[in-house]
Amino acid sequence: MFTRHERLKSAYDVVIIGAGGHGLAAAYYLARDHGMTDVAVLDQSYIGGGNTGRNTTIIRSNYLTPDGVKFYDESVRLWRDLSQDFDLNLFYSTRGHFTLAHTDSAMRTMRWRAEVNKHFGVQSEAVDAKTVAEAIPMMDLSCGGHGPPVLGALYHAPGAIARHDAVAWGYGRGADRRGVEIHQETQLLGVELEDHGSGPAVVGVRTNRGRIATRKLLCAVAGSTPGVLAMVGLRSPIHIHPLQAMVSEPLKPWLDPIIVSGSLHIYVSQSARGELVMGASLDPYELHSTRSTLDFAESLSAHLLELFPFLSDVRIVRQWAGMADMTPDFAPIMGKTPVQGFYLDSGWGTWGFKATPVCGKTMSYTVANDQDHPLIRGFAFDRFAHYALTGEKGAASVGH
Amino acid sequence: MKILTCPINGPRPITEFAYGGELREMPDPARATDAEWTDYVFNRNSVPSTKCEWWCHTSSGVWFIAVRDTASDVTLRTFLYARSAGGAP
Repeated sequence: MFTRHERLKSAYDVVIIGAGGHGLAAAYYLARDHGMTDVAVLDQSYIGGGNTGRNTTIIRSNYLTPDGVKFYDESVRLWRDLSQDFDLNLFYSTRGHFTLAHTDSAMRTMRWRAEVNKHFGVQSEAVDAKTVAEAIPMMDLSCGGHGPPVLGALYHAPGAIARHDAVAWGYGRGADRRGVEIHQETQLLGVELEDHGSGPAVVGVRTNRGRIATRKLLCAVAGSTPGVLAMVGLRSPIHIHPLQAMVSEPLKPWLDPIIVSGSLHIYVSQSARGELVMGASLDPYELHSTRSTLDFAESLSAHLLELFPFLSDVRIVRQWAGMADMTPDFAPIMGKTPVQGFYLDSGWGTWGFKATPVCGKTMSYTVANDQDHPLIRGFAFDRFAHYALTGEKGAASVGH
Repeated sequence: MKILTCPINGPRPITEFAYGGELREMPDPARATDAEWTDYVFNRNSVPSTKCEWWCHTSSGVWFIAVRDTASDVTLRTFLYARSAGGAP
């Protein structure tokens, strides 16, 4: 599926760190839309082995801020054509997405999100408990009487799931065929900067397989972002917490929509293979590790059983974690930085998979033109210095 | 179950504790530049390392310092902040 390159060249026009969905999408659009094919994508491990392969594959655009809604809506549009674009089946499946509200204040946030969404042409609506019961008859709306019952939901018809590995493979193969070099097991050791009076600028990178000269470096990693930023002398608000997930044994299809409950801290969908794919809140403290915990499996299972008690005999077959780049406002950090030639696609916390296509589009534009794409201006690196945050916490799938 | 040692209550399950973030020096608000203050408000050091962190034993309300390796999740020691004041942690 991919060309294996024996050695690195001594120079590339663009070097991308991270061969996940985001990095490979940027490489793909650089080659396809901007004619830049002298590109190397480096990964310390293997293609799609980071958070691209560790998320719960939910795609939606029912965000809260205008910046967020416009950005994710463009992503959903791109998603729908990707299988055609790649000639590869992504199993993109539009399911509809219910964000359950268990309190009056949650209902108020759902109405707010629905209004912002509709204003930008995104299909979202606040619905009552009866509508939820009709759509998902097997759900116990009383939550077993253990907590606040389901009062209603934000229903987002375009909500979808996709085969996450195939996204990385599709972008990778498309980039590879256009001349981009993908180098797996190639670790970034340092970034070489020069300052000729106008501030630091990227001139090259050092890797475990040799030095590369380049004037454009895109950092598209997750979990390791603070380490890469330290190499170019930048500080950021990004802090790392693990996010865990798990899947059940395969079941006959019974759950069509994607279900999220902020009060119960869970989200669940049923994959094309019949497995229930489940996630919950972030781990409660900083950790640079992808270890799993029994606490997580226990608490997620307990909460899921409040909604779906009949799952009590279903077994969990896999559990894993990814390292999430958290930001104070739950929005990403994208675009140019104070270091000339150093571009950032980071801060993707727990919300990065759905943004893969639009990140590739906007970052390739930003790298090719050395100018931030209009859709990412609300996510700029310097927004914190101006106290101009893009508050998306209200649209996080669960209360992290 | 992971165990953390509270300086007052001894070893307890990690679920009894709340994480309070890295121990950091607040710059003098009257004298800090805007850049220094912004750096203090928002920026964090999140490169894997051994850090001094605030933790709270929520059942008893005891705040204390833990010296923890954020890559291995091994806590080297815990102590009360007041008793360490003036000395190296």
